[in-house]
Amino acid sequence: MTKQTMPLMPEAKPLLSVENLKTCFELDEGTVKAVDGVSFVVHPSKVLGIVGESGCGKSVTIKSILRIVEKPGRITSGKILFHSAKSKERSESGYIDLAQLEPRGRQIRSIRGNEIALIPQEPMAAFSPVHTIGNQITEAVLLHRSIDSSEAQRIAVERLHEVGVPNPERCMDMYSWELSGGLRQRAMIGMALICEPSLLIADEPTTAIDVTTQAQVLNLLRKLQKEHNTAIIFITHDLGVIAQLADDVVVMYLGRVMEVGPIDDIFHNPQHPYTKALLKSIPTINTVNRSRLPIIEGSIPHPFHRPKGCPFHERCLDAMPGSCDQQLPALHPVTDHQSVSCFKFHDFVDKP
Amino acid sequence: MIYHPRVHSKKPNVNPEPEITTKILEVKDLKKYFPIRKGLFKKTVGQVKSVDAVNFFIEEGETLGLVGESGCGKTTTARCILRAITPTDGEIWFQTSDQKLVDVTSLSINEIRPLRREMQMIFQDPFASLNPRMNLLDLVGEPMLVNGLTNRKERTEHVAELLRLVGLRPEYMRRFPHAFSGGQRQRIVIARALALNPRLVIADEPVSALDVSVQAQVLNLMLELQERLNLTYLFVAHDLSVIKHISNRVAVMYVGKIIETATTEALFNTPKHPYTAALMSAVPVSDPSVRSRMRPLEGDVPSPANPPSGCYFHPRCQYATELCRTHAPELKQVSTKHYVSCHRHDELQLAGVV
Repeated sequence: MTKQTMPLMPEAKPLLSVENLKTCFELDEGTVKAVDGVSFVVHPSKVLGIVGESGCGKSVTIKSILRIVEKPGRITSGKILFHSAKSKERSESGYIDLAQLEPRGRQIRSIRGNEIALIPQEPMAAFSPVHTIGNQITEAVLLHRSIDSSEAQRIAVERLHEVGVPNPERCMDMYSWELSGGLRQRAMIGMALICEPSLLIADEPTTAIDVTTQAQVLNLLRKLQKEHNTAIIFITHDLGVIAQLADDVVVMYLGRVMEVGPIDDIFHNPQHPYTKALLKSIPTINTVNRSRLPIIEGSIPHPFHRPKGCPFHERCLDAMPGSCDQQLPALHPVTDHQSVSCFKFHDFVDKP
Repeated sequence: MIYHPRVHSKKPNVNPEPEITTKILEVKDLKKYFPIRKGLFKKTVGQVKSVDAVNFFIEEGETLGLVGESGCGKTTTARCILRAITPTDGEIWFQTSDQKLVDVTSLSINEIRPLRREMQMIFQDPFASLNPRMNLLDLVGEPMLVNGLTNRKERTEHVAELLRLVGLRPEYMRRFPHAFSGGQRQRIVIARALALNPRLVIADEPVSALDVSVQAQVLNLMLELQERLNLTYLFVAHDLSVIKHISNRVAVMYVGKIIETATTEALFNTPKHPYTAALMSAVPVSDPSVRSRMRPLEGDVPSPANPPSGCYFHPRCQYATELCRTHAPELKQVSTKHYVSCHRHDELQLAGVV
């Protein structure tokens, strides 16, 4: 039995390290292993992209980090070590295991929104329509800092100005439905950054908005990330967005990490058959007009009917009968930076 | 009370002498305004000009991509063509299979029925467009039943054939939509659209609700079916990469107007309208070594209820002049198949996709 090995750069002290995280949903029909042994690290002021198709467990992973997994879901094993700068109850090394905290407890609440912030997918659904933008942003800062409301107002206006909201004073008194999609997402980013978190989690922040606005939001995120030295976990299914923003990439499929590595290696030298096939099958603005795209056969298995062995083996062109359909490959380094969970490269098995 | 069939004052415009043309569809000055009502008596206080004088044509056997950001009127245009909604003004000339040119806007509901066999729609969300209580046989067979194919055995055979055509196993005929994944459902929707041998298929964002690995399957299937059945597509999408992949020609919409149309190659290599160029530069390139290319447009898409003066794009356009602020440009032909509506199209050198 081999332990999943931590990939990437041992020299830097990671801000967040997720180790063998498992999150399950126990339903009447059976157990859904939404996240099944995921490991990755996030370094300070770096952007980690998590790519995967729907149902691959990207969102449940970040919900587990924030400890907001809805019932009946729960973290069954694994560690989520977060390096806290603000919390008083951290261990000597400065790390707190978020997986051990009470999901509704005081400690996680002091971290959530303060040190780890979230930019949700749909700002329309995330903002309350019956409270003003200002009201909601100041609430976030008042919860975590002992300041009075006029100071909170001042900080909120400043932050809105920073994220490029024109006329921020007026925006404070507006409701979310009065803003356009782009402005709403800007306000959401402003709210997420209000407490200067060290880790920002962006869950598909641009899928609900138009392409010209998306470019604005991505440039804004890139600028803010540099200025504030915030680390970002960026979740998306759009490989173009990842290519433009991320430093490192985690490729997920059915709750497992398939491949992890620096952005250039993943795009120019992908190893895992799934990563390769995924990159080839997407029409880009540079593909030949009206040509046949190389496709991945079949569809993503239903979570109740996970295949035995490697979750991708049924759709994989390189699948080796006898090993891929029997045992679960572990995530193991294949080069200095890149780790892959595939028996083509190594024969480390991950035992449940 | 005796029911009197409604008499239509407007006679259907049927062209007496059918010209020999390859244009299967020609849209002329199509307008669709939605009223904004307010107050106790629902007085009309304004209009949302969703589609505002749109002109384009589609030739038989080709794919016209209609691209634009949300709210630009792409879907409204598509629905007007099928008369799912009645346009405010304009003409939609459709060439029927018996070589007649018919103006879809002037037909009564009864007269339009036979035309719907020739024009079919593929919807965006296969989770919403399939009735969960009907099995595949009923779903795909319903258009045939409505159009008079009442023999159950024949219908079953035909459905089986269609399912095979779109790459589904005919044995699944008795199953219900919940048993299928997104990509398979979109195949069912395609099979249903093809049930009556249409000539024009209007696909409204057919792949945007699908996973990336499944998108390619559906795009390949659509290309394949087009070749086999000689279909004509109007392909509506917001994703430029998908549009570029599937279209022969592309029309770009902005706030209810078509601002540029050209062959795919011409549009992507030498765009003439600053909005088209901006749209292309905003697409994130999936190559980490080119990171500087993304140059976003400032500002937001204006509301079609209250569009700016002159050219609708001028508040966001870096090349705008005084003329652009006051006068709206018209769609002008610049080369064989290239039309653009910009005052400065001949002086601007815009970058396309390399």
